[in-house]
This record gives sequence, structure tokens and C-alpha cells, in this order.
Amino acid sequence: MSVDILEIKGLTKRFGGLAAVNDVSFSVREGGISGLIGPNGAGKTTIFNLITGVYKVTSGEVAFAGKRIENLEPYKIADLGVTRTFQNIRLFKNLSVFDNVLTACHMSAKYTIPEAILRLPRFRREEKLLADKARGLLEIMGLADRMDVQANNLPYGLQRRLEIVRALALDPKLLLLDEPAAGMNPDETEQLMRLIMDIRDRFTLSVLVIEHHMDLVMGICEHIVVLNFGQKLAEGTPDEVSVDPKVMEAYLGSSGGTAC
Amino acid sequence: MDMTYIQGILMLAGINLIAVLGLCLLTGFTGLFSFGHAGFMAIGAYIGALMTVPPSTMPGSIGGLGLPFIFGILAGGAAAGIVSWFIGRITLNLKGDYFCIATLGFGEATRLILNNVQTFGGARGWPGVPQYSTVLTVFVVDVIAVLFLANLVKSRHGRNMIAVREEELAAQIAGVDVFRYKMIALIVSAVYAGVAGVLFGHYMTFIQPKMFSMTKSTELTIIVIFGGLGSISGSVLGALVLTALPELLRAFDIWRLVFYGAAVIVIMISRPKGLMGGMELSPAGIRKIRAERRARLALKEEAAREAASGGRS
Repeated sequence: MSVDILEIKGLTKRFGGLAAVNDVSFSVREGGISGLIGPNGAGKTTIFNLITGVYKVTSGEVAFAGKRIENLEPYKIADLGVTRTFQNIRLFKNLSVFDNVLTACHMSAKYTIPEAILRLPRFRREEKLLADKARGLLEIMGLADRMDVQANNLPYGLQRRLEIVRALALDPKLLLLDEPAAGMNPDETEQLMRLIMDIRDRFTLSVLVIEHHMDLVMGICEHIVVLNFGQKLAEGTPDEVSVDPKVMEAYLGSSGGTAC
Repeated sequence: MDMTYIQGILMLAGINLIAVLGLCLLTGFTGLFSFGHAGFMAIGAYIGALMTVPPSTMPGSIGGLGLPFIFGILAGGAAAGIVSWFIGRITLNLKGDYFCIATLGFGEATRLILNNVQTFGGARGWPGVPQYSTVLTVFVVDVIAVLFLANLVKSRHGRNMIAVREEELAAQIAGVDVFRYKMIALIVSAVYAGVAGVLFGHYMTFIQPKMFSMTKSTELTIIVIFGGLGSISGSVLGALVLTALPELLRAFDIWRLVFYGAAVIVIMISRPKGLMGGMELSPAGIRKIRAERRARLALKEEAAREAASGGRS
């Protein structure tokens, strides 16, 4: 029996009178790939924003590796090892690919501002380490030959990939991917699926992914949570979920059950 | 031309440069606009003068502590930094334009307080500040200011500030304590402005609240934008050009400032990203420009190849 790295209990978020997320509970297994699916406006991204501290939780609990993280500042949650990508890509657009990753590596160095200003030995030593780490990550992820390209000049698919590399630079234990395959053709989606599985194994982390591409979700997720109107509709393995009548009706039913 | 005149212009440019460098960190690298940094200059100028002006001997004259210049510089910078910490605590949670307006309020409030509090001479000003600023002191402070800033910007702390400018939300998710880095940028910029104020006071030998009006704040911000946001060399060039320009235009007499404005507009139209446009005139900066150009060309070639092969199939 493996452990749950992320446990969500009774999570609720209200915007005024609207409950965007209402009493949702689920957990993510350590080392697993879990999927979060549901029609548009079901509250998937809101849940990501709640986990990462971008929104304040109205009520409920979010526990990461046994530690309560709701109401922590986003950067502290990132510090603990939870990071994410965005539905609409948010790179540091005017910086080079290398600098995007180098910036995110910052937590691997501990030198202080006076040490930086005076260029003391620790600054030089740790800067070199950071640069090596960024270069290494880019090599593993196949972006090394584009290191000097300005991020917003990258082709779309690679921008998504760069966002994942930037997230990996934080040495996360839990990676949240918000529609990583949005706007990708079947070929690219296929590549992305392999990439996600590869990342999970190579960096030994857990993944929670929001996605609309059913092939991707059914192909790589071991566990799927289905949301509708801010509430959990169903939960289980891909096989269980795809035959669940409630899910069929709310989500897959309309597209003719292609997922099976 | 007279040597002291040229020296005067150089010193003014050098003093402006210190304040501009601080603002360059805040505006150019961290993305926060300020229209109140003359307020920090004023704090620096008055506290600096308080340190160095000899104790009062006659009734009616305003006395200070009579300490050496270095104490004036340190105290002026520190005072501005401390005040900026308080200001930051209150205002840094404000978004974009609102922060900008808050700084404007701070700058004007500082000037009006100095205007109305008679301890330092009020609106009449404070004469008799010792003339300690020399071309050498200004130059030395400039060099230190540039080096410190360049080192800071090239460190992980500087990169975190740039991340805040580029994409605040992504910076947060990448583990950057956005508030803290905004605060650091504000404090550093205020210390720089404070030091500039001290040097300014000890160059003019007379300080008056009027000198630190919103016009001064705006001038500093214009120089940063003119030089190019996110470029230290741009700020240096901007400070030199825009301080010297009004002097070069003296021939136009009363039309001088009109031509000054026109010149700034022309340059901004021809170089919309400022003189340096975020690039640096340093060995590393030039390497970077060339690497980026190569990368861009390679990308274009690849796209062209793909288009060609796609057309054939």
C-alpha cells in the first residue's frame, strides 16, 4: 500500500455566492500520475490555484506529505515541493530559455545579497552549480540547442515543454500540469504522454494533470477524479471512470464514449 | 568653455546617475514605477546635511553635528532606506498603477512636510551645507553604485526581481517571495536615491524642499525609460545624455526646454525600447546579444526548412 502525497478533504472555494469548488475530497498517490477531468468551468483550475496557494481556501484541508498547506503563501508551497504549469503559458517571455530555467533554480543556492554584491566565493561557487543544473535539465529535456532563444520566440509546443522544465528546476515532489496538451496535435500529444511518464520516473515525483485530451488522460493516468459544477462526480481507475454512467452523462456521454 | 562649468555638468550627471541606478533596479528590473523618488533624495539630503553641517554658533542658523562627509553619505542613504521600508510595508501590496500613485503621494508629502516644518529652514531652505562633493567623490560613488548593482542583478536575487517583472504569478509559483523582492528593490533604490540626495546637497551647498519636487522624480523615471528598462548601461548613458542635453541646448535660450522635450520624443520614437533596449554594454552583455541573434537566425532557418519540406510532401 503506497502513501498519499497529496490529500484534499472537503475543499471548498466560494467567490461571493458561487461555489466554484464545493466539498471536494480526493488524494494523489506518491509516485503516481493522477488525472483531474471535467467539463469547462467544473473547477479544475480553481483546485490547482487552491493547492498552490494562489487562491485562499474558503474551507477544507489540503495536506501535502502530511503537512497542512492551505493558507500558506504560494512561494512557501513551492518551497515544500509543489509546483505547476499554467493553462495559458506563463513563461518569463523576454528572457532566454536558459535564463527561464536558471531563475527557477534559485532555491538550490543559498548565498545572500551581500555575498552577491561583493562576489564572494560562495556566490561564484553556487552560481556555477546553478548554471550546471539549468544546463543539465535543458539537455535531459531536449532544449539544450535552443538555450539562447528568447522564450516567446519558441514554437508553441516547446514553450509548454519549457514551462515543465522550469517547474522541474524547483526539484518538485508533486507536479501539477494544467492542460499540458492544449493546442497540440495528436503527434505532439503522444510525445507529451511519453514525456510525462519519463519525467515521473526520472525525477521520482508525483503528477496531477488536468486535461481534455481523453487519449492522454486514459493513457497515462492511474487514477482519475471527475468534477462537474465544482463537485466530485466520480473517482477511480480509467476503466472504472469511463463506464460510470454519471460521468458518461455529464462529460464523456456527449462525445459518444470515445474514451473506451 | 569654462572647466568648472563642465565639471558642474559632469557632477550633476553623476549625482543623477546614482538616483537613476536605484530606480533602474526598481523600475527596469523589478517592474515597479515610482514617481516619488525625489522624496528619498530629499530625506538623504537633509539627513546628510544634519550630519555634516557644523554645530550652530549664531542664533538663527541651523546647526548639525559637524561630522565627516562619509557619515553624511551613510546616514543619508540609511535614513532613506529605513523610510522606504515603512512606505513599502504599506504600499507594496498595491498593484501596478496604484503603487505608482502611492509613491507620488509619498514624494509630495515629504516635500510639503519639509516645507512646513521650520526645524530645517522650511520653504526658505537650509544654507551653509559644506561643499564636500567633488568630481572624485561623485565618480567613486558612481563606480561603486554601478558595480554593486551589476553584481546584484546578475545574481539569483536579481533574477528573482526580473522574474517578478516578467510574470508575477509564475515567479510566485517558482518559489519567489514576490513581496520580499519588491521590498528589497525598493529599499536599494531608496538608499541610492538617499545617497544621491546627500551628494546633491553637498554640491549645491544649499538645500530647499522645492528642489525635490515631482518634476525631479519624473526626470529620474524618464531617464530610466529613456536609457532602456532593464539596462544598467542604458541608465548610465541616459543620465549623461539627459543631464547634459539641457546645457547643450542653452543656445536656444527660452526655447531650450521645448527642444529638450522634442529631442526626447524623437529618440523614443526611433528607439521605442530606450537607448539600450534592455541590452548591456559589457563583455557578457555583448556575448548574450550575439548568442540571441544566432539563436533567432537558427530558428528562422529551421522554420523555412520545415515550410519547404512541408510544401514538397
